[in-house]
Amino acid sequence: MKFSRTLRLALKSIVTSKGRSFLTMLGIIIGVAAVILIVGFGNGMEGYVTDSFKSMGTNLLNVNITGRGSTRSVSVDDMYLISDENIDLFSAMSPMVTVDATVKLGTTELDETTVMGVGEDYINMKMYELSNGRFIAYADNLSRSKVCTVGSYIEDELFSGDAIGQTLKINGNYFEIVGVLEESADNTEGSSDDYVYLPYTTAAKLLGTADISTYSYAMLNEEQSEESIDVLEGVLYKVFSSEDAYRVNSISEIIDTMTSMINIVVIVLSIIASISLLVGGVGIMNIMLVSVSERTREIGIRKALGAKRKDILFQFVIEAGTISAIGGFIGILTGYALSSVATIVMSMMMSVDIKVSPSLWSVALAFGVSAGIGILFGFLPARRAAYLNPIDALRYE
Amino acid sequence: MGALIEFNKISKIYKIGGSDVIAANKISYKIHRGEYIAIVGQSGSGKSTCMNIMGCLDVPTSGNYILNGIDVAELNDDELAVIRNRTVGFIFQQYNLLAKLNVIENVELSMFYAGVLNTEMRERALKSLERVGLSNKIMNYPNQLSGGEQQRVSIARALAGNPSVILADEPTGALDSKTGRDVIALLEDLNNEGNTVVLITHDNFIAQQSNRIIRLQDGKVIYDGPSNESSKIQTEEVLYEI
Repeated sequence: MKFSRTLRLALKSIVTSKGRSFLTMLGIIIGVAAVILIVGFGNGMEGYVTDSFKSMGTNLLNVNITGRGSTRSVSVDDMYLISDENIDLFSAMSPMVTVDATVKLGTTELDETTVMGVGEDYINMKMYELSNGRFIAYADNLSRSKVCTVGSYIEDELFSGDAIGQTLKINGNYFEIVGVLEESADNTEGSSDDYVYLPYTTAAKLLGTADISTYSYAMLNEEQSEESIDVLEGVLYKVFSSEDAYRVNSISEIIDTMTSMINIVVIVLSIIASISLLVGGVGIMNIMLVSVSERTREIGIRKALGAKRKDILFQFVIEAGTISAIGGFIGILTGYALSSVATIVMSMMMSVDIKVSPSLWSVALAFGVSAGIGILFGFLPARRAAYLNPIDALRYE
Repeated sequence: MGALIEFNKISKIYKIGGSDVIAANKISYKIHRGEYIAIVGQSGSGKSTCMNIMGCLDVPTSGNYILNGIDVAELNDDELAVIRNRTVGFIFQQYNLLAKLNVIENVELSMFYAGVLNTEMRERALKSLERVGLSNKIMNYPNQLSGGEQQRVSIARALAGNPSVILADEPTGALDSKTGRDVIALLEDLNNEGNTVVLITHDNFIAQQSNRIIRLQDGKVIYDGPSNESSKIQTEEVLYEI
């Protein structure tokens, strides 16, 4: 009962001096909005990074062989052997040969299309589905046949939905399209739907090299990435006797590293933004001190009528807390509004889909901290009010 | 039953700029329940000091003050607040209403600090506003009322707390003479209804309306007796001043 009446009184005195109350709140509003926006940005970046890496497959380990001169190297068969001998860790393996190729159909050239030579298991490792025909087969790799499987974008764009049996010209060689994959990424240019897959042996021949330097391993279980990396590195070290000749990366490790880096940046920025909350708190303290001296007579009257120290203390602390809680609330709304604006602006300006999404915890924290700051910084002025001598306060003009 | 208010050699000494100012010098008097008494004196006579001590707004430097059987000289700030809240109803010269509260909220204020329940608080506030003839203005704010009405609100506020004593400090000081007379008449009625009323004033004419007068001068009691016999002293004093 006392609380609701005190709260009502606090709201009343905030409303009667709107301009002053708003200016007092401004520090809190800016601080809260900034924290929410920054955390929102962090979440957006994290989501964006995670999504882009996840599309590469979190169950995959990539091996890059840089080699040591020409004296030592590993063959494709050796690499297949690692996967075959560790069926408790790996489900499949595929060599990866990226070809910097020009793809043409007649005179139309595809600029954004990626051409990659892969093994027959690649489709399963990436969990792609065929919509038509077949994927690159074991026999294709054996005989270095000039066949290819294409993404849905290529079929839709060049062959209006009927690509099987047609040919594409890649670096001057004609390739027969034997299969089409189902859409996996919005069917847009440059996405994973804009791929041409060749047998890796054919791709290596196109590049004029015998050595294949990149391999992808699919793990049975993502949790076993450390063991799997150990096995791969163990074998490769035996061949090269040097840790610099190869590199094993797991996508989930990269995601973890990126995420923790983003988090550090977000935390540092949030702390900087919180300084505004602190400044806001000092503003509240200042205005409450003014308010106490303006209302000395009121305090005297209240004390004469029987208000105890804690009643007066409570009244002013509630008032300060209410100011900063309202500021915090406005700050939350502002933060959300700015987050939506930022999302729209970024997708327009940079054509990346970073969704600025504030976390609930950041909202709760910002609100709690702002209300807490009001109470903390309101305490000193409130204490001063509570300890006023009633006679002096009553006579105050 | 003992006296309601008992001053035993109350002294109050203020230190102003290193020197002592004796505002009250061993003042002793008793006020009983149901009395209508005026404490009269010029400014500097010590009447405000007596009023502050009687109202538990201040504590004496020495002496005992027994209010309702309790020695209040030794109480701390919060304990004094409780005594003020339960025992004393203040009526001030400047009304001292809170501008941000409406009439009924002002009247409820001391009950609010006493922790009276909402419904009872409202009921008692309405009753005492009715008593002072303002039940039609309960939602108004103080600045919408005339001086006389504001003073009646403050009387209602004093009454609503159901105090043992009503302390009226120059209640007519800010009012014109007709409104002032109405307020004095209201206080007299309240006394007739059984309330103890202590009037603090410099105005001899108003003091004459009470039943008993305590006259203070230079921090000492120079007269304590029935109001109709104090006129002689008053005349002497005036002559002396001339």
